[in-house]
Amino acid sequence: MAVEGRQLTELAATDAVTQTALRPGPKPGRRRRSLAWLGVIPFFAYACMFLIFPAAVVMIGAFKNDHGAFTTTNVLDILRTANLRQSFWVSIKLSAITAFFGAVFGLLIAYAAIRKGTPGWIRSAFGTFSGVAANFGGIPLAFAFIATIGTIGIITQLIQNVFGINIYQHGFAIWDPRGVEIVYLYFQIPLMILVIAPAIDGLKAEWSEASSNLGASRWQYWRHIGVPVLMPSILGAFVLLFGNSFAAYATAYALTSGTGLPLVPIVIGDDLSGNVLSNPHEGQALAFGMFVVLAAMMLFYIPLQRRASRWAK
Amino acid sequence: MKKERIAPSAVVWLVLGALYFLIPLLATFLFSLRSLKTGHCCSLGSYGFIIHDPSFWSTIKLSFRLALETIVIGLVLFVPTIYWVHLKLPRLRPLIGFMALVPFVIPPIILVVGLLKFYKDTLHAPFWFLGKPDLFLVGAYVILAFPYIYFSLDAGFRSIDVHTLTEASQNLGASWRTTLGRVILPNIRVAALSGAFLTLAIVMGEFTIASLATFHTFPTYLQQINQDEAYPAAAATLMSFGITWLAMLSILLIGRRGGQRTVRVGIGR
Repeated sequence: MAVEGRQLTELAATDAVTQTALRPGPKPGRRRRSLAWLGVIPFFAYACMFLIFPAAVVMIGAFKNDHGAFTTTNVLDILRTANLRQSFWVSIKLSAITAFFGAVFGLLIAYAAIRKGTPGWIRSAFGTFSGVAANFGGIPLAFAFIATIGTIGIITQLIQNVFGINIYQHGFAIWDPRGVEIVYLYFQIPLMILVIAPAIDGLKAEWSEASSNLGASRWQYWRHIGVPVLMPSILGAFVLLFGNSFAAYATAYALTSGTGLPLVPIVIGDDLSGNVLSNPHEGQALAFGMFVVLAAMMLFYIPLQRRASRWAK
Repeated sequence: MKKERIAPSAVVWLVLGALYFLIPLLATFLFSLRSLKTGHCCSLGSYGFIIHDPSFWSTIKLSFRLALETIVIGLVLFVPTIYWVHLKLPRLRPLIGFMALVPFVIPPIILVVGLLKFYKDTLHAPFWFLGKPDLFLVGAYVILAFPYIYFSLDAGFRSIDVHTLTEASQNLGASWRTTLGRVILPNIRVAALSGAFLTLAIVMGEFTIASLATFHTFPTYLQQINQDEAYPAAAATLMSFGITWLAMLSILLIGRRGGQRTVRVGIGR
């Protein structure tokens, strides 16, 4: 076919222009369009087998009892059981804190790297690094920090040698929420830089110049122009960062394994590997709970994203 | 316009950021140089330990093979689909875009619960499927890779005129396969390659599904070695960073050459 096609090239070269002009689409018509749907069947079939059906099984299983009958017990148990309620609270708090500090530091660093006066190479260095660091994570990230601020980490021992203070005797531990937060910021800050940089770029120099020509102070510029324009992007990024941290499993697992910080993904993982087998539907109910939190985040994210893109061109 | 100097507050934030980003990398490097026996600097023993560990080679080979399989299946499945949607079914674009957001609300930890329940308890899938990483894991990894390949490809397809290219090719007598392989594909090569390298980075680092479905891939090897030997784990960690770096830098390099920047975030955590 391919060879034939190429031979036809010379013959049809002149004809093609007229044909294209006369025929807007190849064979329009109802029959043709109805067949076009067939083309996306492989994709949707695959998505069903590896995403939609498994997800549906989780959602349905969350509302089933051992005999397969409908029940709300599993899901309500999350709210009723102190341990499970606690794990959601710890997870949400951790995600909110890392999303907040990730957003604040990411914004400050991104603005510092992009603003006028900063050499271009610094900007591209931070941009490149963020692209990579946002993809760090999981087991290697956890080990990098264990090597840094773990019990025998380089910085831990440095502080011990220089100041004579063992931070592990002063309430710090890498497997505590504070420690996990420090580690999570390593992917949260770069993610914020990546997400917010285009929005900061979108702040046009003319706006700042126009406002100062009209006598506005720097503060007034930020108060009335900069922050309102950036706000949807910042909030959208916060939601993204929250979900990013809420769903993280590997990093938390490597940092906290065996120490009992009850993050929801860790509890689900323990459930699945059979460490705790109180209720076979508990894992599904917890997964459903996670889904509800993440879906709620998504409902915030989509309109924010739409609003943020209003200024981007 | 006068050339401005760098603002003092910018210097402060950039230095703080750089320190926070660089210190753990430096510390991991120093940590990996500690001697296995004494715990003091400096020895290459950890690197020797890793290189002579057969599990290191077998798991890294397995993860690399899974990454390649994921890339091939992902591209074969997604390129024609996204092409077709751009060409014939533009009304489906929001739906496919929505599908690309679904993995955000169904992260790996939820997906693995569903996959195990669905294939083990509902379908009673045989062991040759459940126990084979190339089927079960790659099946899941294609889904994990979908958003990244999609956003890459969607941008690629939007930057070319799919209709004109297709019509020109077909009017010249090309078959669908020729059109896709020799006209469309060369035009979205940069987007496809970015998606492929992102997928490589994701699969090489994916721990959640591999570990909970009890497969022994490179990330689970890392976790396991850390329980026995802390210093070699740091050495292996640096090698893992190296893989991510190479994959990401390749994207930046091909992106720059193609005049297009596509960097997305990973979900390997």
